[in-house]
Amino acid sequence: MVPALEQANKLKARFGDLISEPAGFRGEITIQLANAELIAEVCEFARKELGFDYLVDISSLDNYGEDPRWTLAYHLRGLANGCELRVKADVSEEKSELPTVIGVWRTANWHEREIYDMMGIRFRGHPDLRRILMWEGYPYFPLRKDFPLAGKPTQVPEIAFTQVAPLEGGPFVTAPGGKDAIEREPRARTPEG
Amino acid sequence: MATVQDTEIRDPAARASDAVEELRDMQGEKMVLNMGPSHPATHGVLRIVLELDGELITKADPDVGYLHRGDEKIAENMTYTQFIPYTDRLDYLAPLANNVAYALAVEKLLGIEKNLPPRCQYIRVMCCELARISSHLLGIGAFGLDLGAVTVFLLTFTEREKIYNLCESLTGARFTTNYTRIGGVSRDTPPGWCDAVRAFLNEVVVNIAEMETLLTRNRIWVDRTRDVGVIPRDVAIDYGLSGPNLRGSGVNYDLRKTQPYLCYPDLQFDVPVGEVGDCYDRYLVRMEEMRQSVRLLHQCLDKIPGGADNKIKEPVNVADGKIVLPPKEKVLSGMEELIHQFILVTQGMNVPPGEIYFGHENPKGELGFYINSRGGGTPYRMKIRSPSFVNLSILSHLLPGHMMSDITAILGSFDFVMGECDR
Repeated sequence: MVPALEQANKLKARFGDLISEPAGFRGEITIQLANAELIAEVCEFARKELGFDYLVDISSLDNYGEDPRWTLAYHLRGLANGCELRVKADVSEEKSELPTVIGVWRTANWHEREIYDMMGIRFRGHPDLRRILMWEGYPYFPLRKDFPLAGKPTQVPEIAFTQVAPLEGGPFVTAPGGKDAIEREPRARTPEG
Repeated sequence: MATVQDTEIRDPAARASDAVEELRDMQGEKMVLNMGPSHPATHGVLRIVLELDGELITKADPDVGYLHRGDEKIAENMTYTQFIPYTDRLDYLAPLANNVAYALAVEKLLGIEKNLPPRCQYIRVMCCELARISSHLLGIGAFGLDLGAVTVFLLTFTEREKIYNLCESLTGARFTTNYTRIGGVSRDTPPGWCDAVRAFLNEVVVNIAEMETLLTRNRIWVDRTRDVGVIPRDVAIDYGLSGPNLRGSGVNYDLRKTQPYLCYPDLQFDVPVGEVGDCYDRYLVRMEEMRQSVRLLHQCLDKIPGGADNKIKEPVNVADGKIVLPPKEKVLSGMEELIHQFILVTQGMNVPPGEIYFGHENPKGELGFYINSRGGGTPYRMKIRSPSFVNLSILSHLLPGHMMSDITAILGSFDFVMGECDR
């Protein structure tokens, strides 16, 4: 088994300053790309030369209120050598676009569609960038931090509609920095008898 | 009263040439057929838009999302413990395994996965393997039902009923188990539960053998599944398949072996691997995995620390008041426990900032949680990597070239769950 750190250092040797020093947390190795435009190239190299033949997942993060707003995390795995590596890339809100990695792993197709659907980040070169979990014509990107938990009313005639859900502010919702359960819990405020 | 109707009868030669023309039109014309979202073979709400040339599929476009509930958004707005019941609703055929996967992910983020008490690890492994048997029983039963083998379905559901009874006595619920807690499990095994599991194992192997006699060498079954839906090894890896679907294509990859967690390193089991990657191989892999799960469960019952009824009071939770709720009687009598209880319930545990990904070998494949924490009691972002979602993405590549009637075989062999796919 080749340790993931060794593989990360090989990537670092190939791409130099375009890649951050590998960082470790809980036994996982993460590298950060300086420029998201490189992602396809880095992935191609990781797959061809370092044996990362399996793309586990692509996750997206909304760093709301910070710049750059988006972070993407690619989870790479080599089935043969047992290595796992996380490659992260930042994308600014103005750009909201980066190259697709479908050419490297075809499983990226649906992962990228999901990120486009949920966060509104576009993937250049994707052959079929449509919404996947929400319907065509849905106007919002629900996983963005500025989208409320309760949702927003929408209407696409004869397709689907949404209404505000009663969930937000409910007794079982704990938001960071929000009211605590004592203040939220309605039964606590109306003592009986 | 008779009516008179004029009909024009043209000469046979003109009619024949028209017929040829019409036939050519019909052959050249492709039909678009909508399958689902509510269709017995789609096991939930999968919709596939098919383009057919006669009986032959020329294009397939799966459409998912009909069961989307926004679990990832919900997770950002509640404490880690509050999200456990939501994991029941991911793969609702194996809720116990989802509970374990999620708890392990949060424990990895907390850095306490090595401190789990041994008894807790064994109980969790037993939960996972019971869930695996339950899920595969349903998978194979529904697979058989789709292809007309109704008896198998009745057999598997009889066995699943027994697993539900075991779930009920262990967790208090049959489907929505909500059993694990961060740092342990909600309660120890009830008295007599281990003996009941042992009795169930002895019954289920008989029924697995009977299912085998009904299907494995059944001519109709073999004809409908062999060499249908063949996924070569490299394509399976490229499309990120996982679980029995990946192993059916001949890839020997099981997270229980490659990235061992809980007490799996102490237990002996084999990983079945297919050869061709067709529907028949995927069926065989699931059959063998059930037997391996039975084997694992027997070992767990033999080795579980504290024995069947835990007379020596082996702990099942980590001894950390900042993670696990204190016992109720101590909350009402001790100051420190009261404070811990209050903080845990109102704010949640204090999770360090950082990010982890944990992949768990669920019955359907790799269920992964990517958790990004900025500290505090709620995750900043939680991405659920669901095996059904990734497994289904191959359909638009796999289905074209097959006959219409092969869809039921292929979908059945994939054994997906839309609750998990759509999240």
